[in-house]
Amino acid sequence: MSKITKQDVEYVAGLAQLRLDEAAKERLVREMGDILAYMDQLNELDTSNVEPMMHAMEMTNVFRQDVVKPSLPREEALMNAPVHDGEYFIVPRILEGDAS
Amino acid sequence: MEFEAVVGMEVHVEINSKSKVFCGCSADFHAGPNTNVCPVCLGMPGVLPVLNVDMVNKSVAVGLALNCAISRWSKLDRKNYFYPDMAKNYQISQYDLPLCQNGWIEIDLDGQTKRIGITRAHIEEDTARNTHTIAGNQSGVDFNRSGVALLEIVTEPDIRSAKEAFAYLTALKQLLQYLDVSDCNMEEGSLRAEANISVRPVGQEQFGTKTEVKNVASFSGVFKAIEFEIARHIKLINSGGKVVQETRGWDADRGITVPQRLKESAHDYRYFPEPDLVPIVVDEAWEQRIRESLPELPAARRSRMGTQYGLSAYDANVITLSQDTANYYERVVAVGADAKKAANWLMGELQALLSAAKQEITDCRVTPADLAALIGLIDSGAINGKMAKDIIAEMFETGKAPQDIVKEQGLSQITDTGAIEDIIRKVLADNPAQVGQFRSGKEQVFGFLVGQVMRATQGKANPALLNDLLRRELSRQEN
Repeated sequence: MSKITKQDVEYVAGLAQLRLDEAAKERLVREMGDILAYMDQLNELDTSNVEPMMHAMEMTNVFRQDVVKPSLPREEALMNAPVHDGEYFIVPRILEGDAS
Repeated sequence: MEFEAVVGMEVHVEINSKSKVFCGCSADFHAGPNTNVCPVCLGMPGVLPVLNVDMVNKSVAVGLALNCAISRWSKLDRKNYFYPDMAKNYQISQYDLPLCQNGWIEIDLDGQTKRIGITRAHIEEDTARNTHTIAGNQSGVDFNRSGVALLEIVTEPDIRSAKEAFAYLTALKQLLQYLDVSDCNMEEGSLRAEANISVRPVGQEQFGTKTEVKNVASFSGVFKAIEFEIARHIKLINSGGKVVQETRGWDADRGITVPQRLKESAHDYRYFPEPDLVPIVVDEAWEQRIRESLPELPAARRSRMGTQYGLSAYDANVITLSQDTANYYERVVAVGADAKKAANWLMGELQALLSAAKQEITDCRVTPADLAALIGLIDSGAINGKMAKDIIAEMFETGKAPQDIVKEQGLSQITDTGAIEDIIRKVLADNPAQVGQFRSGKEQVFGFLVGQVMRATQGKANPALLNDLLRRELSRQEN
């Protein structure tokens, strides 16, 4: 059930936009398989009486008030961009309709 | 074969908080490009987003107005995808535990109401804006809008036609405006609608294959896009083809939908709980506080005003379309104007002047008290309806009170019987041919003679009095 194939690794790498060489793919087939095997092992425990944990933190309701704070000066915001024109971040042309 | 359409809507609403949803940057995205940005909304590593409590309050208000159950416990999740409008490569949203669920809204279909189920309403953040005007093979990205509070409202597949979709959007927009949580400006993108459309043979339980239509910039665009898709699906099926599940964009210029290029994996968002934000717990007390702060909502106001002022369903509907108009109307009636006449003047003359000047009622120079005074002048017989129309135009232009305009322009209605009789006698003497025609039974000539007398008085004669006196004079002369 927890068999990871090379196709799985390539699919996940594609979603994460990672380019992997063959050696890395093989290593990840093994490592991801190990992780899933460990999950299977955890699944053997009887958790029928355990409340599901929805979040790692026990804290709730940390909010900020709706108050405007100063933003970054534009020069600073753009400073680390590979390409900008002084106003906009410049990226390769975005095809209409690619938006999610 | 007879088909029926099945439509569900997803609406994204920009909530009008002053600051963004997870950082303190101003939510005004019309400022110069990339001026309202900070490390949080630029997606820099190591930053910590903190949820704006105003967004929670307003989202719960919308949820309650949509008759939703408010989740006692809800959380935020990461929706992962790569796109230049999302610098951190994930959008903070809500996946399996949205803040509001299982509600409904009533829509109006030519006087009939229908209930549309609301699946959920959840918190998320808006994305950056791309401009395609940058020269060459490049786009410019402005992150001012990135992180602006966005509420996504999803319906059940309860909508059966383009008309119902239009009615749903109208009702939803009205509700959001009453709640004052968004300016709902579709052209500027503060309200964005997407439709999931499929068709099935009438009587069939199972849904057909759906397409999703995006990029629609107006309610009428949504209407046309849905009509187009329904017709396209039916034609495809009838000609032996199959509907392909895909996302299509509305091309308003050509009036058609076109497939959008999307990578196959684009919908594998790998949601997981957002570790940087803690869960939201809205207890009963908090929910109750928000419930008590809700304004009178459109349906309630429509029905109350209908009963209280004796308005027809149609009039009540038109007057309560916007809260501002309803408020204005109630002020006019409050200072003593007749309810029916106030409705007629508001929906007729004043609305026409507002439309022609592209003005909102909140900017109108005719105060409710002045409109009531104008109606009072007609009721007392001081001016006639024709004069009132000229006076309201002047009021609209200058903001003057109707009494002052009447005084300044000597506009008082002539109610002096003797003065009108003199003019009638002169008009009859000047138009012997028409008088002859009337005598030989041509009743319509009477209207012509009324017009002549009215003109001679520069429209100031009391019309009812004029009619009486003219009839009397014509029959007197005959005898």
